[in-house]
Amino acid sequence: MTETLLVPPAVVPKSGPLLALDDVSMVFQTRKGLFRGGTVTAVSGVSLVVAHGETLALVGESGSGKTTVGRISIRLLQPTSGRVLFDGQDISQVPEEQLGWLRKRAAIVFQDPFSSLNPYMTVSDLVAEPLVIDGVNDVDARRAQVRAALEAVDLTPIERFVHAYPTSMSGGQRQRVGIARALIRNPDYIVADEPVSMVDASSRVEILDLLNGLQRDHDVAFLYITHDIASARHFADHIAVMHLGSIVETGSAPQIIDQPVHPYTRALIAAVPEPDPANRFRRRATEPWQDAPGAAIHPGCPHGGSIDEPAVLLEVSGQPGHIVACHLEPARAR
Amino acid sequence: MSLLAVDNLHLWYDAGGGNVVRAVDGVSFTLEERGEALGIVGESGSGKSSLALALMRMLPKNVARFDGSVRLDGQELIALPDDQFRREIRWSRIAMVFQGAMSVLNPVLRIGEQIAEPLLLDGRFDKAGARARVRDLLQRVGLPADFASRYPHELSGGQRQRVGIATALALDPDVLILDEPTSALDVSVQAQIMNLLKDLKEDPGISMLFITHDIGLASDLCDRIAVTYAGEQMELGPADRVLVAPRHPYSQLLLASLPRLHSDVPPRPMPGDPPDLTSLPLGCRFHPRCPYAFEVCLNHPPPIPLPDRGHARCWLNDPFVAGERYEIHLRPVEAAVD
Repeated sequence: MTETLLVPPAVVPKSGPLLALDDVSMVFQTRKGLFRGGTVTAVSGVSLVVAHGETLALVGESGSGKTTVGRISIRLLQPTSGRVLFDGQDISQVPEEQLGWLRKRAAIVFQDPFSSLNPYMTVSDLVAEPLVIDGVNDVDARRAQVRAALEAVDLTPIERFVHAYPTSMSGGQRQRVGIARALIRNPDYIVADEPVSMVDASSRVEILDLLNGLQRDHDVAFLYITHDIASARHFADHIAVMHLGSIVETGSAPQIIDQPVHPYTRALIAAVPEPDPANRFRRRATEPWQDAPGAAIHPGCPHGGSIDEPAVLLEVSGQPGHIVACHLEPARAR
Repeated sequence: MSLLAVDNLHLWYDAGGGNVVRAVDGVSFTLEERGEALGIVGESGSGKSSLALALMRMLPKNVARFDGSVRLDGQELIALPDDQFRREIRWSRIAMVFQGAMSVLNPVLRIGEQIAEPLLLDGRFDKAGARARVRDLLQRVGLPADFASRYPHELSGGQRQRVGIATALALDPDVLILDEPTSALDVSVQAQIMNLLKDLKEDPGISMLFITHDIGLASDLCDRIAVTYAGEQMELGPADRVLVAPRHPYSQLLLASLPRLHSDVPPRPMPGDPPDLTSLPLGCRFHPRCPYAFEVCLNHPPPIPLPDRGHARCWLNDPFVAGERYEIHLRPVEAAVD
């Protein structure tokens, strides 16, 4: 492996990102009871930035805390500590009653289009529901907005879908309904939580292309949560890799895919089965990191890193913005 | 003689209201030797899981047509009475690993008892023999022998799928059918299961039918790949060739729709809509979505043989029918085969 030089990151003042998470942690209470109690730290010390109109992919495996981060970013969850800045305003501890404005500017597309849509509502009712909540009582205005949203997500001809029920639609079509629902309030920011993992492989690109098109036309910023790092390469500007509640590496999509530094990122990339004859029959390196719950470092770390020293964020030399969390390198950097 | 030879297999369902779903419609393939793996690749609704159920003869009630030929070591299986198939073939000669490792295991039975069940039913093993065999099987799939006394909820998804594989291996089957065995797993765990399957393919040399929607995953394990669409096999060929030089437009578009990790070429969406299985288009079933379709495609294409023992169900592969189109669309493919 080539030796990577890591240096402390330059402090670049960010000119007002749309969303910034600053040292956010989330501790869940488990096993509530008189005699038993426990906590799970789902997210610890996560900082990230999403600029206006750009896509940040949050990549990780199940249990990495990526969905929790997505939900904190639009205050569906209140973080245990840390700040969440939406357009400069700290929303981390604001009471829900005062977050009406955020609900109009931020939305979420859920993973499962089969369970996230009420089967007793028609497509037009589902898409119009946010407007009803907003008190848009003019039926014609509502209808016009629903039509525009359905057109934006390519559910055409509209007549075929407005009165349809989700049960009569394919996974890809249902997910379009979910996107139209998120889009109806013209948000600046959408959390797309595994939007294509339950959609057929050949329809995934279509949905992701659609999200890209919405970004171009409406200047929406996306937090694209996924376990599929190959799709992140093509649909995100930046990638943040999460492992066991922390971000271990961030950078531009090419930096992360082509020059990964953190052993976990490398392992994640190596585990992707590519349809390339050169890869065939190769045994994939699968160090037992998932069998070591709680270990904040990859047991297969080639540096033989020790977790006695807390991880420090370091920038890969010569690659501005490519940041890696490392337990070992601080000693070298000093 | 082939180990498994499937010829012109049909499994149709009665969908009610006079509609018939042709889930498996004239499918043919062979597994030639021990340790060969064939990938069955297709989207949901292409009939790939129905193919597995047909081979295991685990049929739903609404079967409208079930015929064709399935020969295992020369023995015709389709004609066997159900009772004989259950005793002599299912699990002992052809076994299957299911998609949902979570839902297949009985939550109130210890792992060991679930693996031992086919052993005890088979009659070849007494209790002590079955216990020893379970320990062997657990070790073979990379689990500690003491997992036999655990319950399914104590296991992770990857561990449960290993138990599913151990259960399928219990009676030393010749053919193992794997239906999306990793689709519910994380990529790193998926890679571990794939490593295990690669090991089993080499030693003891189990032949596999690997059913998946992910052609990348199929290529990782399989010697040959069959691409299915709307109940039919559109293309069959060596994985090395199908990946690089697919001979059917559907295979080409399927490969083009995958986001590649190390390529700047953006993935292209598959054109058109999935077929309505109760009213299939006339002629080639893919022609409404096919960018190369021409008049001839209104005639149903047969599987056109290819020099590599494979076939493609597309007129473009017939130089007499395709004319100059043969040169245009399949020329680079031809070069890659040489």
